[in-house]
Amino acid sequence: MSATSLSPTTSPSSLEMQAVVKRFGRVTAVDRVDLSVRSGETVVLWGPNGAGKTTLLRCVLGVVPFDGTITVCGYDVRRNGKAARRLMGYVPQEIRLPGHQTVLETVTFVARLRRVSPTTALAGLGRWGLEGMAEQRVQTLSGGMKQRLALALALISDPPVLLLDEPTSNLDLAARRELMEQLEQLRTQGKTLLVCSHHAAEVWRIADRVVVLEHGRVVAQDAPERLGAYLGGEALVALTFSSSQKEEAAALLRRQGFTVMTNGSARQIWVRIAGDRKLEPLRALHEANIRILDLELHSAAPGQAGHTGR
Amino acid sequence: MDLSTIALIAAKEFRDLWRSRWFAVMAAAFAALALALSVLGTALVGLAGVAGFGRTTASLLNLVMLIVPLMGLVMGAMSLAGEREQGTLLTLLAQPVTPTEVLVGKLVGLAAALGAAVVGGFAISGLVIAKAGGWAELGDYLAFAGLTVGLGIAHVALGLWISATSRRSASALGMAVFLWMVVVIFGDLGVMGTAVVLKLTPAQLLWVGFGNPAQVFRLAVLRVVHGDLDILGAAGLYAASRLGGWLLPILVGALAAWVAVPATIAWVQFRRRGAL
Repeated sequence: MSATSLSPTTSPSSLEMQAVVKRFGRVTAVDRVDLSVRSGETVVLWGPNGAGKTTLLRCVLGVVPFDGTITVCGYDVRRNGKAARRLMGYVPQEIRLPGHQTVLETVTFVARLRRVSPTTALAGLGRWGLEGMAEQRVQTLSGGMKQRLALALALISDPPVLLLDEPTSNLDLAARRELMEQLEQLRTQGKTLLVCSHHAAEVWRIADRVVVLEHGRVVAQDAPERLGAYLGGEALVALTFSSSQKEEAAALLRRQGFTVMTNGSARQIWVRIAGDRKLEPLRALHEANIRILDLELHSAAPGQAGHTGR
Repeated sequence: MDLSTIALIAAKEFRDLWRSRWFAVMAAAFAALALALSVLGTALVGLAGVAGFGRTTASLLNLVMLIVPLMGLVMGAMSLAGEREQGTLLTLLAQPVTPTEVLVGKLVGLAAALGAAVVGGFAISGLVIAKAGGWAELGDYLAFAGLTVGLGIAHVALGLWISATSRRSASALGMAVFLWMVVVIFGDLGVMGTAVVLKLTPAQLLWVGFGNPAQVFRLAVLRVVHGDLDILGAAGLYAASRLGGWLLPILVGALAAWVAVPATIAWVQFRRRGAL
């Protein structure tokens, strides 16, 4: 398994990233990332919170300064960002729109920016179950409806490339299932999808390729079934402590041979563990009288648990 | 730079601003105070025996110098920083727009909203004055209104500069209020104190005045309304005699520079910082 396996060669690339680096002060959020995404390919950026997935997506959008080169369908996002963004739709984790705006005003504004007839754009709202909501204020929409609106806005000009940042994170189970079906449809329509997520089971099933990010670096990439076998049923456990005990817990687990990742959170750490050792870190922490305030278990392999256990 | 994109962003900014409660309150307060001053001015006609635009201009000048810079600074400061904090700036920049179009669109939209508020206040006040004293000196009054819009836009640009460098709207607001105090409240005292301590010549005092947009505005309005600058003492006399007929164009140019320079710095900062 290498970080450069499955390099796209069969069709022109929609997205090309070369030596992309993004720093926030002394913290390197994205560290020399090289990545190509073929036209029509669905790539999932996967990794724990703080791995650099969202930052990399923002670099691709060209909305934050970065070092390196990113091209979208041949357009350099730094030199010709406007043309590049015309070819991309973006679905954020939680869409932020001026709350006083209505759905009608929001859709009309984005449609005009994207040179699409507002009438056509509004007529297309029915596809996303938003018909009859034109006069409703955005701030009164439910989380699922907001996500549908985000998807409708991202696809308003039918761009060939879609970037999705943790698209399912604020949705209930039914809304998640619905969104995944919509993404599956977009995939079959030939859209290029770059999705970042830390939920494995949901998004891996639509992925042609999974790119694993840790500490801003690409540490592995392959087809989901091969990557799942490689990870061998490993799991990631997110553990939350009081801020005074976090460092003590991380040090203890490292001493016991676990891979511990800290992502800048004051209270949370991520531990990578083999499938048959899931209870060991919990036992070790209990014996050391370190109190776990919360835990989330994420399966690394597709089709397995992948649930959040609180 | 695409003008239709700028127009779209400007129109949205204008609409959003007029929907915000604080701006509506500020605009209404400005109009009410301008109306009160003009009513008071015309009520005193019988006592002083004179009326018209010139008389009210002097009272309005002080009101304008207090309120308009504050409105402009706060509008500009809250614009980018507020959107950055709410996350709506990221949504906007993810569209096919350039940072330049966003900044220029916001500047135009804010300027138009502030201009509408100023023109509204001046129009209400002007109608009251004209009813009592006729239309004499209307040209001067209109020039005064125009310069007031210029003063407002200069402070919007300064506010955008603050906004482009701020992540939080609260810190941007704090800086805006501090700058307002420096420009308006301490500006006069600072110049007077500096002149005394450093024994500035009238020429030096005049150039120090160019370092404050509110002082540039005051010089220009007094030049338009009174013709001479005797009221400002030695510096005013020096300006009138040294620059003569060039004084007003130079002052208007200086006010334009107070728009262009902060807006350019805001543009550089905004491009450097991006959506975060």
